[in-house]
Amino acid sequence: MSSTPTSLPTPAPLIAAAFRRPSRGFWHTVGTRLRRDPVTLTCAGILLVIITAALAAPWLGLDDPFKMSMVRRLKPFGYQGHILGTDELGRDMLSRLIYGGRLSLFMGFMPVILATLIGGVLGIVAGYVGGRWNMIIMRLIDVFYAFPSVLLAVAISGALGAGLLNSIVSLTLVFIPPIARIAESVTTQVRGQDFVEAARATGASTWRIIRGHVFSNVIGPILVYASSLISVSIVIASGLSFLGLGVSPPNAEWGLMLNTLRQAIYVSPLIAILPGVMIFVTSMCFNLMSDGLRSAMDIKA
Amino acid sequence: MIDTPTSHPPAPLVEVRDLSVRFVTRDMNVPVVNGVSFSLAQGEVLCLLGESGSGKSVTLRALMRLLPESAQLGGRVTIGGVDVLGLPRSQLKDIRGSLISMIFQEPLTALDPVYTIGQQICETVIRHDQVSTRDAMKRALELLELVQIPSAARRLGAYPHELSGGLRQRAMIALALSCRPKLLLADEPTTALDATVQIQVLLLMRELQRELGMSTIFVTHDLGVACEVADHVSVMYAGRFAETGSIRDIMARPMHPYTRGLLSSTVTGGHRGEDLVPIAGAPPDLADLPPGCTFAPRCPQHQPACDAAVPALVGTGSHHARCIFVPEHLRHSGLVTPPSSQHPSRGTA
Amino acid sequence: MFARLKTAQPDSVENTLRLLDKKDDRRDRGGPAQPMLIVRDMKKHFDIGRQSFGGPRSTVRAVDGVSFEVGKGETLGIVGESGCGKSTTARLLMHLIEPDAGSVIFDGDEVAGVRGISVRDLRLNMQMVFQDSYASLNPRLTIADSIAFGPSVAGLATGAARARALSLLRMVGMDPAVFAQRYPHELSGGQRQRVNIARALAMGPRLLILDESVSALDKSVEAQVLNLLRKLKRDLGLTYIFISHDLNVVQYISDRVLVMYLGQVVESGPVDSIYGATRHPYTAALLSSRPSMNPDHRVSKPPLSGDPPNPINPPSGCRFRTRCPKAQEKCAQQMPALTAAPEEATHLAACHFPLTPADALQAAAVRVYA
Repeated sequence: MSSTPTSLPTPAPLIAAAFRRPSRGFWHTVGTRLRRDPVTLTCAGILLVIITAALAAPWLGLDDPFKMSMVRRLKPFGYQGHILGTDELGRDMLSRLIYGGRLSLFMGFMPVILATLIGGVLGIVAGYVGGRWNMIIMRLIDVFYAFPSVLLAVAISGALGAGLLNSIVSLTLVFIPPIARIAESVTTQVRGQDFVEAARATGASTWRIIRGHVFSNVIGPILVYASSLISVSIVIASGLSFLGLGVSPPNAEWGLMLNTLRQAIYVSPLIAILPGVMIFVTSMCFNLMSDGLRSAMDIKA
Repeated sequence: MIDTPTSHPPAPLVEVRDLSVRFVTRDMNVPVVNGVSFSLAQGEVLCLLGESGSGKSVTLRALMRLLPESAQLGGRVTIGGVDVLGLPRSQLKDIRGSLISMIFQEPLTALDPVYTIGQQICETVIRHDQVSTRDAMKRALELLELVQIPSAARRLGAYPHELSGGLRQRAMIALALSCRPKLLLADEPTTALDATVQIQVLLLMRELQRELGMSTIFVTHDLGVACEVADHVSVMYAGRFAETGSIRDIMARPMHPYTRGLLSSTVTGGHRGEDLVPIAGAPPDLADLPPGCTFAPRCPQHQPACDAAVPALVGTGSHHARCIFVPEHLRHSGLVTPPSSQHPSRGTA
Repeated sequence: MFARLKTAQPDSVENTLRLLDKKDDRRDRGGPAQPMLIVRDMKKHFDIGRQSFGGPRSTVRAVDGVSFEVGKGETLGIVGESGCGKSTTARLLMHLIEPDAGSVIFDGDEVAGVRGISVRDLRLNMQMVFQDSYASLNPRLTIADSIAFGPSVAGLATGAARARALSLLRMVGMDPAVFAQRYPHELSGGQRQRVNIARALAMGPRLLILDESVSALDKSVEAQVLNLLRKLKRDLGLTYIFISHDLNVVQYISDRVLVMYLGQVVESGPVDSIYGATRHPYTAALLSSRPSMNPDHRVSKPPLSGDPPNPINPPSGCRFRTRCPKAQEKCAQQMPALTAAPEEATHLAACHFPLTPADALQAAAVRVYA
């Protein structure tokens, strides 16, 4: 029945050395993953150029964006030192695009930043507290959420009147509902986790728990969503200016420039679409970067 | 299983030779399964016993190639004559469900929540057997009755979330059996169930396995479950088999110190009042395995000779263990005789 | 005024336990005879709205009249299957959810009562270790920060809270130099559970509720953690409430056991009595549902058929009657009260026809354990 011990061959030794890189915290990992994403890096590069140019505009030695010349209207690229030609009133396109960038980017960023602050707070409070307050806050938000964003922006701007400040207010009001929704949904999710219960079991105050536990877990998805709103904001802001509800001439702003160059589209199409190209590129880059951020944060630890 | 040494044994249903799985990404290169070999005949039940990180679930999924892109597979897996690792991806779905089928630990996530149970079973039956919807529904009803779901006809139209945990698990078993697979893979199917439901499902699986003559590979960390269903057990540690043998061999005569440690650290009421004897230390980091025996750092019988090389699986008959002290252990227990009477090994490598 | 009765503890541990010098509410007020915890008729119903349009409102009677006592220094095991209300009971005790009815008396003081102990002070005395070791740790905090959160909320300075966290890590067997700066996802299940225990102990409690704390762990790690729990209980003089579905573990670690079914206590008593002289049919079924450790004596027939019923509409009378092999007319009409066994006054069972010792012996003879 029994036999000598049979010996079976050992498996082959491991070929490549095994390793596992230790992790150093959530944001560090996100940063590493972002740095490796070629799409994100390219977009970041493009945006860096645009934003730096916009910020440094006064020191770049550009032509005066307001200097008109009825003689040199709608001249093509490269005409007498105007690299991108001139617009319908003879002003240098390149300098108007760069100066326009300042206003367009400002009108794109500010509403999102303000809306994140206000909407984020509302959403986190509603999500953590739950119950009746949640219902009150979220249903009020839903009233605004029901309107299509562009229509709402136009309506509020129309009511407040044209101008830079009014358009920023209008866009902020448009963006608060979606951010509040995201914030509330993520907060509710985190609120149900055991570690928040454990924190409650230590007798910590609501504010302490939100600050210490909820916030760090919630800020990620909110930031991803907010960054995707920047591209939308730039487009809608340009739209408002196009409709005459934003900044007024002779200021340089991409949307406004699109409007004033409308007539020129049959005469000098290349010049007429330039502001649109800028809106497109900037908006796309922010959009792709926001996608990249979302993928980078999708870590299955 | 009758042992007939003179007649030629039928070819085993499952042949696994030197299976290895590595997870390779930019941040890591970790060998999760290191050279696993076994064979299983038709109608037998093998239990892969091990703790988390032992590689048992990965081994199971490798048999169906259900692993993520980052997994690199090596070795050879032959099931019912089909070379699974060599199949092109497009042909994999032909064997999944019809030749090999799998049931998972958490039925709520494994079943599609937007289709009824009846619809899900029909979909599989139609895909593999190409029958009409009516015939598929009839078969679905038969299956639900086979797994002892009460009011089977009514349950055909139920959604997964409408069923209780035990019924869901039975529905998943019905789904897995719908195309009469030759091999059933079960990944801790009863771990998430209550005690009274767990025993029902285990007994059901035992009955079905006997009735349908399927081979089953069960993954579990619970020795009690293994005792209830298994014919053979392979204890896994750090991606290799530490010990393999019949369930009686393993429970009565464990040869590997890890198996012995598992047995002694299983809590029973009899230990009341005394400290348990756990296995010292923690499972190893697979990215940083010791050069020799992977269990050596935790082993009470550790000697310097253990660190020289990974021990081979040594043993007698079908009972083998990966430990250099096995021959000595066998001699002491009088199980070894002079080499004149040779018995063909059962094919477990 | 209460006499200051300090339980005898070694010096270093005393320092570790004392959280705040001034308002230290950890005096042993009641004395050794006073039970640490008395729970009377606790109820919690969840209103889940209408199941169908215009129909009656449904309530889940998660906890429906639960009463028990926990003596000082003992371990009370609570067993039951999913839906029995044991986790809800734990959360009610911790006041993480508010009970609908019933009272909790901690060491002689009524919790949240007029002249009793406040919920805030209760939390210095009673803490909980949760089940899911991964979800109970904030993935964005290092484990030292997670442990130090409680003490710093209670008023300890940051440095002191951190030092406390490190010494607690050492107490649960983890080297602070290696583990303090790690994140939860870098730890194994057993290590995370030790961190959870350390976090619960950081508040210096006298009673620890362990809600399925070892259920998700591997067997060998479970053994290590159980040994740790026993050691901590001895060294720190703790009282435990140990909730689990694993009957073997409960038998090993408990002094007294409570069996729950659908929100009610069906049996309670000393552990040897419950396991050796079972009186309630449900407990007997639970005990027989354990897989045998002997491959030659496998379980041939499941002791109970069907699934635990819906807690929304429990059966009338005795809730177990729909699955009980001994159910009779009386069981449907009248809910059984907890009655004491003739031989053992503390062994209570809620059954009209409790099992006799003869029944229990017969059942035991059928099952053979290796």
